[in-house]
Amino acid sequence: MGKYLVRRILQLVVVAFVISVLTFMLVHLLPGDPTVAILGPNDTAANRAILLKQLGLNYPLWRQYLTWMGAIFQGNLGASYLNHESVTHILATGAPVDFELILISQLIAFVVAVPLALVTSRKPNKPLDNVATTTTFGLLALPPFVVAPILVAVFAVGLGWFPATGYTPFTQSPAQNIHEMILPSVAITAGSIAVYYRLLRSDLISTLQQDFITMARSKGLSSRRIMWRHAFRPSSFSLLAAAGINIGALIAGTFVVELLFVLPGIGYALVQAVEQRDYLVVQGIALVVAVAYVFVQFIIDFIFTIVDPRVVRE
Amino acid sequence: MIGKRRAGRALEFKDVGSHDGPLLVVDDLHTAFRTPRGTVRAVDGVSFEVYEGKTLGIVGESGSGKTVLSRSIMGLLPPRDVLRSGTVHFGGHELSAMSETELRSVWGAELSMIFQDPMTALNPVKRIGVQIAESLVLHLDMDKREAQSTAVELLRSVGIPSPEERVRWYPFQLSGGMRQRVMIAIALACAPRLVMADEPTTGLDVTVQAQILDLLADLQRERHMAVILVTHDLGVVATRADDIIVMYAGRIVERAPTRTLFSDTRMPYTRALMDSIPRLADPSGSRLDAIAGRPPDLIHPPTGCRFAPRCHFAQDKCRESEPPLRTVGSPDHLFACWFPLVDGVSTVPAVKVTLGQTDTAVTDTAVTDAPAPDDQSEAETTP
Repeated sequence: MGKYLVRRILQLVVVAFVISVLTFMLVHLLPGDPTVAILGPNDTAANRAILLKQLGLNYPLWRQYLTWMGAIFQGNLGASYLNHESVTHILATGAPVDFELILISQLIAFVVAVPLALVTSRKPNKPLDNVATTTTFGLLALPPFVVAPILVAVFAVGLGWFPATGYTPFTQSPAQNIHEMILPSVAITAGSIAVYYRLLRSDLISTLQQDFITMARSKGLSSRRIMWRHAFRPSSFSLLAAAGINIGALIAGTFVVELLFVLPGIGYALVQAVEQRDYLVVQGIALVVAVAYVFVQFIIDFIFTIVDPRVVRE
Repeated sequence: MIGKRRAGRALEFKDVGSHDGPLLVVDDLHTAFRTPRGTVRAVDGVSFEVYEGKTLGIVGESGSGKTVLSRSIMGLLPPRDVLRSGTVHFGGHELSAMSETELRSVWGAELSMIFQDPMTALNPVKRIGVQIAESLVLHLDMDKREAQSTAVELLRSVGIPSPEERVRWYPFQLSGGMRQRVMIAIALACAPRLVMADEPTTGLDVTVQAQILDLLADLQRERHMAVILVTHDLGVVATRADDIIVMYAGRIVERAPTRTLFSDTRMPYTRALMDSIPRLADPSGSRLDAIAGRPPDLIHPPTGCRFAPRCHFAQDKCRESEPPLRTVGSPDHLFACWFPLVDGVSTVPAVKVTLGQTDTAVTDTAVTDAPAPDDQSEAETTP
C-alpha cells in the first residue's frame, strides 16, 4: 500500500513538472512579442526593452523558468498585465466556486446514478430499465448550455424556486450560497448522471452473472445485501475511472455555467484572460487547473486501492 | 461445533424438519429453459431421495443436466425463462413451494452449496473471513467478533495453515486448493444438513482433488451431513458415495448403491462411462474407450432411448420407445434400458455405432436430431 502510493506520488511530481514546463512555454510559443501585446504596437523600442527587463524576459529560458517556479513556490503566480490583480487572488476567489459546483454536481450524480443502476441492473430490459436507459441517453446528448436555460426558465422564472443568477460566498451565508448553487450544479450534472449510470448498470449486469453472486445467494443473503455488499464494489471500477476523468474535465469545463449564472469562478476568469491576451493569468490558471486535474487522478487511484485490493499487490 | 441456532424461522424449520424418512425427496423434477431456439429440457423427470448423513453421487457428461439439477433442487435458478415442475421436499418441507424469502432461511443454514470453480465463486474484493462470517451473522445470530473467531476455527478445520492471519486475506492471495477449502468452510459454516457439491474438484490439480474430497468426507462424518456430489468423473464418486445416480440427457438412466452399480452394471451408458476411466493396470499407450458422439440436443431429444444413437447395443426398439426406469431383482437398483447388461455383458450383439445419416440408412426408423459426428473415424469405435 505505502509503496504503491509513493510510486503514484512520484508519478504525480513528474507529471506536475512536465505540465509546469508546458504552461511556461505557453507564453513563449505564442506568436508575436509579449511587449507588443502589453504595450500595444505603437510604443518605442526603449520602452519595450525596459518592459522586457521588468518581466525578466531578457534572461535565458531555463533561468526564466526557475525564477517563475521559485516565485510559485512562494505562492506568487504573477499578476495580470492589465489590472495588476494577482493570479493567486483570482484563484482564491474563483476556486471555491468551482470546487462547490463540482462537489454538488457530483454528489447529485452519484446519489441519482448509483441507486438507479442498482435497481435497473437486476431486471435488465424491463420497462424501468428501458425508461432509465433512454432518459440517460437523452441527458448525455444535452450539453449544459442547453440544460441551463431550460432550468432557469422552469425553476427560476416559472416556479421561482431558485434565483436565476447571483453569487453569495459560502462564508457569508451558507444557506443562500447553496440555494444559488443548486441550479448551476444541476445544469452540469446531467452528463455525469448519464455516464455514471450507464457504466455502473452494464458492469453490474455482468457482475450479477458471476459465480460469486450465485454463491452469495446460496448463503441466504438478501437481494439488497447482495447488490450493495457483493455486486456494487466489483462493478464500480469503470465508474471510478470515468469519475476521475469527468471531474478533471469539469475543473476547466464549468465556465459555461459560470457565464450563464454569472458566477465568479476560475473558468470565467480564464476565458476573460484568454480574450484579453492576459498571458500571465492564463499561464497561472492553466498550471493550477492542470495540477488539480492530476491531483484528482491521484485521489481516484487512492480510492482504487481501497475498492480493489488487487490493485496494490499485483 | 457451532452452538446456538438462530431463533425464528430457521429454528422452526429445524424442529419441524426432524422427521423420519429421507432428508431430501425429489419427485419428478423437470427444469427447462426458454431460449430463442426453443425449450431446453435440461432436467426431465428426475426422482430420488437422500438420507441423513449419506452421500449421493450424481454422474454425467457435460450437458447431462447435473448442474441444472443441483441448482434446481435448491431453487437457485433465476425465475426468468425457467420452467420448473415436480416437487422437492427437504426435511419434510416442500422447498419447491417456498418463496425466495423463505428459501433464504434454508440456504446456507440447512442446505448449502459448494461451487465448481473456486477462482470465480469467491468475491474477489472481500476478505475471506468476511465471506465466511456473513452467513454466521445472518443465520446463527452471531455478533461480528464471535463470527470472526468462528471463521478462524472454520478455516482451521478445513486445513488452512495460520488461519488467524489468513482470515484477513483476499481470495487472490490464495491458491486454487486453498480457495476450495475456503468455499467448503463457507458452505459448512452453519452446519447444514445437506451440502450440494457441484464438481467441487474439477478446477483443481489431481493431488489437490483427493485432498479436498477426503477433507469433505471427514467433515461429513464429523458433522453427520448428507452430501450430493455432482461430478462428470465416476472415479471421484466410486469410493465416496453410498449411492450413485447416472444421468444422461436430463434423465436418470441408472441408479444403484455404489457397490451394486460397479458389480452389476445394467445400463450400457454407465458401462461406457466406466470404460472411459483410465486404469493404471492398462498397458501404457492403450487407447481409452471414449464414448463416441455427443449428448443429444435437449431442445429436440431423440425419440426412444436418448442414448440409443451412441449405444453399441441399440436395437430398433431402443430407437422407437423410451425405456422406463425399472428394477429387476434388487429394488434399489433402477435402470432405464430395454436390453440391460447381464453380468456386465450385453444380451444382444454389439453393432458398430454409426452416427448421422448412415444411421437412418442402417435402420428403418429415423432418429431425429441425432448429433452429427465430429469425426467419423472416431465415431466408429468398436467395442
